[in-house]
Amino acid sequence: MDIFLQQLINGLTLGSIYGLIAIGYTMVFGIIGMVNFAHGDVFMVSAFIALICVLLLTTVVGISSIFLVLAITLVVAMAFTGLVSWAIERLAYRPLRGSFRLAPMISAIGMSIFLSNFVQVAQGPRNKPLPPMVPDVIVLMERDGYQVTLAYKQILIMAVTAGLLFGFWWLVQKTPLGRAQRACEQDRKMAALLGINVDRTISLTFVIGAALAAVAGVLYLMYYGVVNFADGFVPGVKAFTAAVLGGIGSLPGAVLGGLLIGLIETFWSAYFSIEYKDVAAFSILVVVLIFMPQGLLGRPEVEKV
Amino acid sequence: MAPHRSDLWEREDTPPETTPAAPPVPPAPAADAVVLPAIKDAVASGVITGLLLLPLVGFRATESGSGPLTLTYRFGLVAVFALLVAGLRLVLNLTLWRPGRKIRDNRSAGLAALSAKVAPAARPAFFALALLYPLLAVTLSGGLSPSRYWVDLGIYILTYVMLGWGLNIVVGLAGLLDLGYVAFYAVGAYTFALLSTSVPLNAFFDAHVAEGFWASWSFFVCLPMAGILAALWGVILGFPVLRLRGDYLAIVTLAFGEIIRLVLINWVSLTNGGAGISSVPAITFFGVPFNGNDDGFAARFGLDYDSMHRMIFLYFIILGLAALTALVTIRLRKMPVGRAWEALREDEIACRSLGINTTLTKLTAFATGAMFGGFAGAFFAVRVRFVSPESFTFMESAVILAIVVLGGMGSQMGVAAAAILLIGGMEMLRNLSFLKASFLFGPDFDPSLYRMLIFGFAMVAVMVWRPRGLVANRMPTIFLKQRKAVSGALVKEGHG
Repeated sequence: MDIFLQQLINGLTLGSIYGLIAIGYTMVFGIIGMVNFAHGDVFMVSAFIALICVLLLTTVVGISSIFLVLAITLVVAMAFTGLVSWAIERLAYRPLRGSFRLAPMISAIGMSIFLSNFVQVAQGPRNKPLPPMVPDVIVLMERDGYQVTLAYKQILIMAVTAGLLFGFWWLVQKTPLGRAQRACEQDRKMAALLGINVDRTISLTFVIGAALAAVAGVLYLMYYGVVNFADGFVPGVKAFTAAVLGGIGSLPGAVLGGLLIGLIETFWSAYFSIEYKDVAAFSILVVVLIFMPQGLLGRPEVEKV
Repeated sequence: MAPHRSDLWEREDTPPETTPAAPPVPPAPAADAVVLPAIKDAVASGVITGLLLLPLVGFRATESGSGPLTLTYRFGLVAVFALLVAGLRLVLNLTLWRPGRKIRDNRSAGLAALSAKVAPAARPAFFALALLYPLLAVTLSGGLSPSRYWVDLGIYILTYVMLGWGLNIVVGLAGLLDLGYVAFYAVGAYTFALLSTSVPLNAFFDAHVAEGFWASWSFFVCLPMAGILAALWGVILGFPVLRLRGDYLAIVTLAFGEIIRLVLINWVSLTNGGAGISSVPAITFFGVPFNGNDDGFAARFGLDYDSMHRMIFLYFIILGLAALTALVTIRLRKMPVGRAWEALREDEIACRSLGINTTLTKLTAFATGAMFGGFAGAFFAVRVRFVSPESFTFMESAVILAIVVLGGMGSQMGVAAAAILLIGGMEMLRNLSFLKASFLFGPDFDPSLYRMLIFGFAMVAVMVWRPRGLVANRMPTIFLKQRKAVSGALVKEGHG
């Protein structure tokens, strides 16, 4: 029971991070129907931007309050990552709208390779560790020397995720921008005829997705305290798995899928084998895509001639 | 931001390059109207570039021994890049992209005419060059031993030519985006490595056939088996996933590739895990070993022993395998199954309504491609004599895919050219020692680090500027009265 509880906490923390990344996949897929393969690397880039920002704020500016540092980092990382994603959409995806179907996908793969190698060249190939940031924990229960702990940073991650999801839900459901997004998702041509600036809406979708990935990047850096240029690939695939599991194109689905993937991964590591945890995540992706391509909360796709 | 233009209509059938430049060219605007926006645009793009590069190029988190990270600053570099981009934009805006500039349309036509002239000679010329390459390498570098680097490079490139041609069947002909091709390469390599080093098999053949039989013949026995097993894996993996739409298929193949690699790492009792399998037997000249002994290759043929004999033999083996891949592909394209592949690539729904069994057709493409991947894998194992999961990462798949994409999906010569260009070019990057001069990049500069960076950039650039690859023309495999090259821009492929 105590191990179960501990893994539940860890899994929900991890799942929150996956959920935030998964939203970016699912939004882009919903609006232009492409798998943004570079999204995992955008997440990694955001973690690096956060790393630089934290270093700058703590060593050069000399801010001692860690929460102030994290808050500023969050804003800076969201802004810069949004810019990066905007530029990617503008340069690598927009010219391909209307090209053959696999073209954006191939371009996105190229972009993913480019981003991870760009970071490798610019920042070096080695792990970048930071000193632990929010080390305090709450001991929930203790039995036979085994402590179930809830770290402050885990609370922080779940709280930030929940808050952002609420804000994001509000953005999509209640604002003109969200309305434009939903309109573009349903019928791009009709939306354009009704005066919606489709290009701008798509750009903003990329920016919002990247900003959420940036939040995930900051939280990831805070949680693990280390980041590497290759860290975009596996979390990216897992977040995509989450998006597919929840039903790609469905926003609540992405969050649900993220939490599920996080839980499955931690429980698998705890009870079966830690070596095969990535295999488990990849297998879920395969199984879901084969047997349940519409996911848990998605709509079945109708192929039109 | 561009005004609310284009893209309202999905122009699937008429990609931008082919839309006839029908609207009459507006009269050239006044100089002010050109220069001012051009400067504005240049400044804007310069600022954006600067902002993009600021966090990760302007700062660098540097490890200082075992201590905490420290920041170093490179603002000068950011400024240089920003100015470069701004300057380039300005020049382009004033020249090539100048509004009202007449677009010459005959350039691509001239290129097409040129390629039509060159095309018939290209294939024999390429093959002759490939055949004579070791001879050239030995003569030009002056002797067997100095030519080692060049022959090795030739083998390396040809391996990628073969892998490119194998993947070309799947991606280029059948239009299925396979991101896990390296899995079949791994299956082939591990098949040969495991079988040839297997103790019971060695003991069995020592006892029943001849001493050392398995060590010297295992490659020739295992080569077909590697291909068959890889094809079998192709069928096993392909069968459930081939009814998925194109980008899902890509992701699932990616996942399969990773699963196979992770299993190879973690199944230590079989594969020796991340440490890999070493002491894979070397290739023999059909049973005659390449060594200095009396029954070795050199002694039998009255030559002086040289370790290069083995390399040159390896070169011809991979040349033969690559040629086999090309020949089989060319033949298959003329057969019903090849036609079905290409039809499937163009329009899956039309195929289904014409009664083509799409699953079976996709499966044959998948399995055929996988088989050649398996052959290449077995060759890789016998060349390097060491296999480990490190050789079969997603990056390897991406490189092969980049070769196919850059070469022009479906074009054999294009794929070969792209393999030579990419692999050879990247190898040449290592030799650019002049870039290390202190006035350019300094002695710490390592050009080979930029390998994958350039790969990624090239993939994006080709998709944006020439989505059909370097060789964009297709010879139709079937025609009514005359054979006409079809511009790649007119076919829409990849509707997997």
